[in-house]
Amino acid sequence: MQIKEATEQFDVIIVGSGAGGGMATKILSEAGLNIAVIEAGPFFDPADPKTRTQLKWPYESPRRGASSSRPFGDFDMAYGGWDIEGEPYTHKGGTKFDWFRSRMLGGRTNHWGRISLRFGPKDFKRGSIDGLGEDWPISYEDVKPYYDKVDKLIGVFGSKENLPNDPDGFFLPAPKPRLHELYYIKAARKANIPVYPSRLSILTKRINNDRGACFYCGQCSRSCSVYADFSSGSCLIFPAQKSGGQIRLYTDSMVREVVTDPSGKATGVVFINKNDRKEYKLNAKVIVLAASACSTARILLNSKSKVHRDGLGNSSGLVGKYLHDSTGTSRAAFVPELMNRKRYNEDGVGGMHVYTPWWLDNKKLNFPRGYHLEIWGGLWMPSYGIGFGANGLNKFIGEQVGGYGNRLRDDIKKFYGAVMGVSMRGESVPMEDNYCEIDPDTVDEWGIPVLRFHYNWTKYEKLQAKHSHEIFEEIFDSMGAQLLGNKPNSESDYGLDAPGRIIHEVGTTRMGNDPKKSVTNKYQQLHDADNVFIVDAGPFVSQADKNPTWTILALSWRTCDYIISELKKQNIS
Amino acid sequence: MNRRDSIKSILLGSLAGGVALQGCSTEGASEVAPKEITFPDYGRTSKEQLRDKVLLNEVFFNEHEIATIAVLCDIILPSNENFGSATDAEVPAFVEFIVKDIEEYQLPLRGGIMWLDNFSNKLYNKEFISCDELEQKNICDQIAYPEETELELLPGEKFFTNMRNLTLTGYYTSKMGIEDLGYKGNGPNIWDGIPAEVLEKHGLKYDEEWLAKCVNQENRSNIAVWDDDGNLTT
Repeated sequence: MQIKEATEQFDVIIVGSGAGGGMATKILSEAGLNIAVIEAGPFFDPADPKTRTQLKWPYESPRRGASSSRPFGDFDMAYGGWDIEGEPYTHKGGTKFDWFRSRMLGGRTNHWGRISLRFGPKDFKRGSIDGLGEDWPISYEDVKPYYDKVDKLIGVFGSKENLPNDPDGFFLPAPKPRLHELYYIKAARKANIPVYPSRLSILTKRINNDRGACFYCGQCSRSCSVYADFSSGSCLIFPAQKSGGQIRLYTDSMVREVVTDPSGKATGVVFINKNDRKEYKLNAKVIVLAASACSTARILLNSKSKVHRDGLGNSSGLVGKYLHDSTGTSRAAFVPELMNRKRYNEDGVGGMHVYTPWWLDNKKLNFPRGYHLEIWGGLWMPSYGIGFGANGLNKFIGEQVGGYGNRLRDDIKKFYGAVMGVSMRGESVPMEDNYCEIDPDTVDEWGIPVLRFHYNWTKYEKLQAKHSHEIFEEIFDSMGAQLLGNKPNSESDYGLDAPGRIIHEVGTTRMGNDPKKSVTNKYQQLHDADNVFIVDAGPFVSQADKNPTWTILALSWRTCDYIISELKKQNIS
Repeated sequence: MNRRDSIKSILLGSLAGGVALQGCSTEGASEVAPKEITFPDYGRTSKEQLRDKVLLNEVFFNEHEIATIAVLCDIILPSNENFGSATDAEVPAFVEFIVKDIEEYQLPLRGGIMWLDNFSNKLYNKEFISCDELEQKNICDQIAYPEETELELLPGEKFFTNMRNLTLTGYYTSKMGIEDLGYKGNGPNIWDGIPAEVLEKHGLKYDEEWLAKCVNQENRSNIAVWDDDGNLTT
């Protein structure tokens, strides 16, 4: 088969259009560079009525929003999921890792929770603090100016709190708490657990004339048609196109490998067009990989040459290693005082209005890293699953469970909005033995060798989850709520979700000053090829007890400034 | 109208708008090709559209099964003075679709209906749907209350629980059910906190310190400007 090679030479090829790729598209195109963006899924614009799901009712879906066609339900805006037909991955040693991919312009930014937390000063130096793993080669001060710029460009609501490891930013005002959130605030404070307004990239106030302000439908997971939440398309790629950037979008195009010349320098990428199933090659001076931590590792490991025998950027042998996801576990409870609620619209923004950042000192605990708490509940829109278990909560109020007839109507109405939950999202310790690698004998439908995962939680994560369940009980007890289900024990790893389930995978191409112990330098530039950069979460040395997106955006911007400056200095040619 | 078509129109006519009527008008003309069932688009990808189309045009339950489901749906959720019954809200059509969409339901529901008829035959020497209301309720009373069910009737309890789950979910995700439930959202609005009377009823209030961090909805359209310390000035 002949590879079709474009004659045009781009300045930069960006692989992936999520948070990191979108930011790179904006910054590099605004610097006047000629850009190609390659995305494995279709074009997507949240404003397009054809694909829009925002404001649709459950009965507009024949499955009433069930998750049989999209993993977070029919109306969620991620095309893909943990299983994509024709694009498998495998596991090693009976271990588990669930890999979520969203194949569309903007990637996972179209559906995510918009929780936009800066990493704090300690989050860059965990190795020194607890002796586990490495420090980042950069500090909060290096990233702070970029966090500031991201806040102003994209918009994030929150509040100034002067917390030591949860830095303040340029916040839009927060939405007022909902009823169950007031119950949480009261109960948490009683248990000496602090609560603050959450920090989400949703516009409670306009930040420019191109994007609307939030109209409180609570559906950010469906991607906002007036661009009042952050998605890579609406906030980065479309504005870059609008301001006249030279941007060529290649959608439905799956990158297989980065091509290098005999000196080891990258010259371009080979991708497969999913529509005609042919291979194409594009050439550029600079390659920016933003395909997601695991997809970027896969591309690098599949880019073997005489110079890069074990894959591009892999002279350290560390590409794919130190893969880690946030930890997660949850508990729900029934709040008797929330029975028989008055009905009103409390959709609010898409997600929680209040949260608890990590508040304890790990030196006094038997696990090294922290977690934050997310709160959920309310009078939410009915969807597939409502009414399951019918009136099971009757057992808490001494009434009969089960039955049939119109008493069920009364029960369903009585309990609507009376259940809430708390989830923890925590920091795991990066381990060399948690990794993805190329499965030597399996390809996907595009003929590309697939990833094979090996991942085990350590005692650190298990003890952290155990602790969080004790906290959940403390909070709900102080609320006078009835905990639902059983408290998980060691047999179920204290309720820890399988690795990959929180969809914060990072660390596969970690940054560092020593090329033997890291894949990129502190500018996310490959040690082994100076015209290849990585702007997804692969270069994260450690994933904090935060969400990764705001840091991906800030670091991508920082890397792009470096690329522009290096091109100007002709250090990259 | 052939058997396949007639079930389709019972089940899916409601989903598919005019199809049921068209189907009836051709009754007797057995050579008429089955009508294709469609569903208004709701933001699907082409792959998803195709899958929906295939599922919509398959028939899983036979006439007896779907009739049994309809009877059970209305025992579980009959009409009241304000709202219609589960079948008024087209729950049987939803059940037919969901078992094709989530195949794990197929065997338990099909087998469950057989179990129900076996049990009914033993008690009354007739199938469940041929029983009178009192007989049907006598059967349901023995399988509708978890933890009170006799050991040998547990398969019936499991089936009834499945049917209750699907009936309630089908009803409360229908237009009628959402109105009945009283859900007020899913439209553009301006969230400005919990209504005062609700706060009062729960003995709660917003504290001033917290409110000071919250959005003043009157100037939400003013473009945000900050001073160098991150304080909003607009």
